[in-house]
Amino acid sequence: MVDISRSPGDLIPPAEVPDVDLYHAKSWITKYVFCQDAKVIAIQYSVTALSIGMLALVLSWLMRLQLGFPGVFSFIDAEHYYQFITMHGMIMVIYLITAIFLGGFGNYLIPLMLGARDMVFPYVNMLSYWVYLLAVLVLVSSYFVPGGPTGAGWTLYPPQAILDGTAGSDGGIILMLVSLILFIIGFTMGGLNYVVTTLQARTRGMTLMRMPLTVWAIFTATVLALLAFPALFVACVMLLFDRLLGTSFFMPALVEMGQLTNYRGGSPILFQHLFWFFGHPEVYIVALPAFGIVSDLISTHARKNIFGYRMMVWAIVAIGALSFIVWAHHMYVSGMHPLFGFFFATSTLIIAVPTAIKVYNWVLTLWRGDIHLTVPMLFALGFIVTFVNGGLTGLFLGNVVVDVPLSDTMFVVAHFHMVMGVAPILVIFGAIYHWYPKITGKMLDETMGKIHFWVTFIGAYTIFLPIHYLGLLGVPRRYFELGEMAFVPPSAHTLNAFITIAALIVGAAQLLFVFNMIVSLKRGKEAGGNPWRAASLEWQTPETPPGHGNWGKELPVVHRWAYDYSVPGATEDFVPQNQPTVTRAT
Amino acid sequence: MGSILLFLTLVAIVVAWWLVRQRLTSKPWLEEGPLGEAPGTGASPLPAATIGLGVFLVIVGTLFSLLISAYSMRMAMTDWRSLPVPNSLWFNTGLLIASSVALQLAHSAVKRGRMEDMKLGLLAGAGFALMFLAGQILVWRQFNAAGYFVAGNPANAFFYLLVALHALHLSGGLVALGRSASRVWRGTYRRDSVRRSVGLCAAYWHFLLLIWLVVMALLMGWADAFIELCGRLFS
Repeated sequence: MVDISRSPGDLIPPAEVPDVDLYHAKSWITKYVFCQDAKVIAIQYSVTALSIGMLALVLSWLMRLQLGFPGVFSFIDAEHYYQFITMHGMIMVIYLITAIFLGGFGNYLIPLMLGARDMVFPYVNMLSYWVYLLAVLVLVSSYFVPGGPTGAGWTLYPPQAILDGTAGSDGGIILMLVSLILFIIGFTMGGLNYVVTTLQARTRGMTLMRMPLTVWAIFTATVLALLAFPALFVACVMLLFDRLLGTSFFMPALVEMGQLTNYRGGSPILFQHLFWFFGHPEVYIVALPAFGIVSDLISTHARKNIFGYRMMVWAIVAIGALSFIVWAHHMYVSGMHPLFGFFFATSTLIIAVPTAIKVYNWVLTLWRGDIHLTVPMLFALGFIVTFVNGGLTGLFLGNVVVDVPLSDTMFVVAHFHMVMGVAPILVIFGAIYHWYPKITGKMLDETMGKIHFWVTFIGAYTIFLPIHYLGLLGVPRRYFELGEMAFVPPSAHTLNAFITIAALIVGAAQLLFVFNMIVSLKRGKEAGGNPWRAASLEWQTPETPPGHGNWGKELPVVHRWAYDYSVPGATEDFVPQNQPTVTRAT
Repeated sequence: MGSILLFLTLVAIVVAWWLVRQRLTSKPWLEEGPLGEAPGTGASPLPAATIGLGVFLVIVGTLFSLLISAYSMRMAMTDWRSLPVPNSLWFNTGLLIASSVALQLAHSAVKRGRMEDMKLGLLAGAGFALMFLAGQILVWRQFNAAGYFVAGNPANAFFYLLVALHALHLSGGLVALGRSASRVWRGTYRRDSVRRSVGLCAAYWHFLLLIWLVVMALLMGWADAFIELCGRLFS
């Protein structure tokens, strides 16, 4: 053992927070609605994100019905199809996954895992949620304006995004852009809290290198988001100017519906640069929290300390830094200098190194672990496999010569759904099964959880593995219907019908998950304070669910890292972070 | 994208400098704090609000660096016609400088405990800032009257966009300044807390002044050489 002592200049947070520094709700409204407690805000974020996610799920069903059974459902026309695509993509990436990882898990876990009483700016944190909710409402309101929501595709590429030929070019695109701007403003308020709380509000003994990887990952992802979202903000504001004021930031001179427009000389490529300068870090904004959470799930449920903690931290930081210099690999088909293509392909492949380190470390953590196949662990294992699959096809697409022929095919759809859709969502499920007992004091039903896992996991593969194959056949993406294409064999249509049936079943399994969450709230087994016998700090609160201020009268003191599992000679197979000494068997 | 990459490189250098001081090479699995003794967290002695403002300034810097990147890419197109810079814009720049100086004097006054001088500084700072905003609106109207409409040319559009975003940030600052000032006038303050609030407002003002000077350099064409260099590096 190495004893570490205090340096003279170190700031030690006080054990007790003066009462004036802690926000207290004075009424039902300020306790449950306009609440400044990070735990309530986390639940508000999560419920909103999951609710809007259900809309995205239904949209994916509708899309699949069209692809699997073209022409059968008369209410789905081309315009509707593109609206389904756009809203599904945007909701999933921004309003569900980003919001729940950072606003949901970030708010709930950062103060608890760090031994803080709350976020450092609780009022701003509360505003963050309400601005996020407003963004969601503005987005949904686009269903109620003439022309409906935008059908521009989730990347909103100009010039087509704001031209009359695109669905929702009247009000839909405006509401989408306004909603994104609001989301970014709201996120910035929350993000400031996550970063500053991590930096400044750690309890005594909680050095950075004792933080659970979940906090490291959410912290780094927030830094990425704070630096990347301004690019989307700028792109949205400029596109809004083009649409509303007739400027030509992105719009070139063109003919629309037989008429020459007033646009002159704008650059659609400029929009792509701005969009992907946000868009690629966005992949890691959702992947890094998943990495962190899965590390903690694996360690806890395999009863083994995380392998290579330091490397895991360095890899998180390295991935975050590298994610800013790869954006143009999304633009190979837009045309670029070959040297740029070479640079971006190289930087893309380099990211595989720290990512692979993480995968090896997860596998080595599992190696000879006392693996408990609990529901959270199943989802964590499902994540590793899926992330590896999705990551490997990313290596294909990161190379210019392979990307160019595959770029407009279903292969890309399969790739990003595996790596950025299925993989993080498996972690979201695993995390909810893991922390639901702390949030509610009740266990989720395990049988329903296992059915949910197996249907989702196997179902996701029955959907997305065949889509890779369709992509390799050359089946194009973004097409409303394939029609007669010489290179698309009839079997591809049969496969599409099969995929659609699988998608309907996987979607239905999510309803079982929602049912489980609602039913377990009342009828779930009592969880106790630490049902998984976990070492990290959030499981050591005096009350479950944690009370206001999290820690009772006195803040905890941290004496070790968060991964002391199966310590040789210890009486228990875990040592909580706030336990001063290891109790050894005599 | 040269400007934003340059800005983020500077941010990355600061982050790297901070990270190397955080014992990232330590072995936490071997470290067990002695009973009753906990190691320091490595947190900064600065208040959370100061760190929060620092992080926010980095975000604002990122936003404007991205706009400058977009500006430099768009100005390379053939339809770009630079705007003339009227004298009134220089006058407005003077107002913003005066506002910044006044807030700095207010901060110095509160440090010395001269609360009346501080109040004067706050009033002057807010007053000059409001005059600056009014001046910007007048410049907009002048340009509009002279036929430089927002959709007329990308240079016009960028001018209106940059001025509007800068003014929005300043307006947000005025709201924060107003909140601090109202506590001062109501007398419901602790001196430490006011000193910190005024210091943060002054820092924010200086940063917005810096951004405005960069915007002026762009409009004057003084940054053309830099933009061309970035363009050569990244094309």
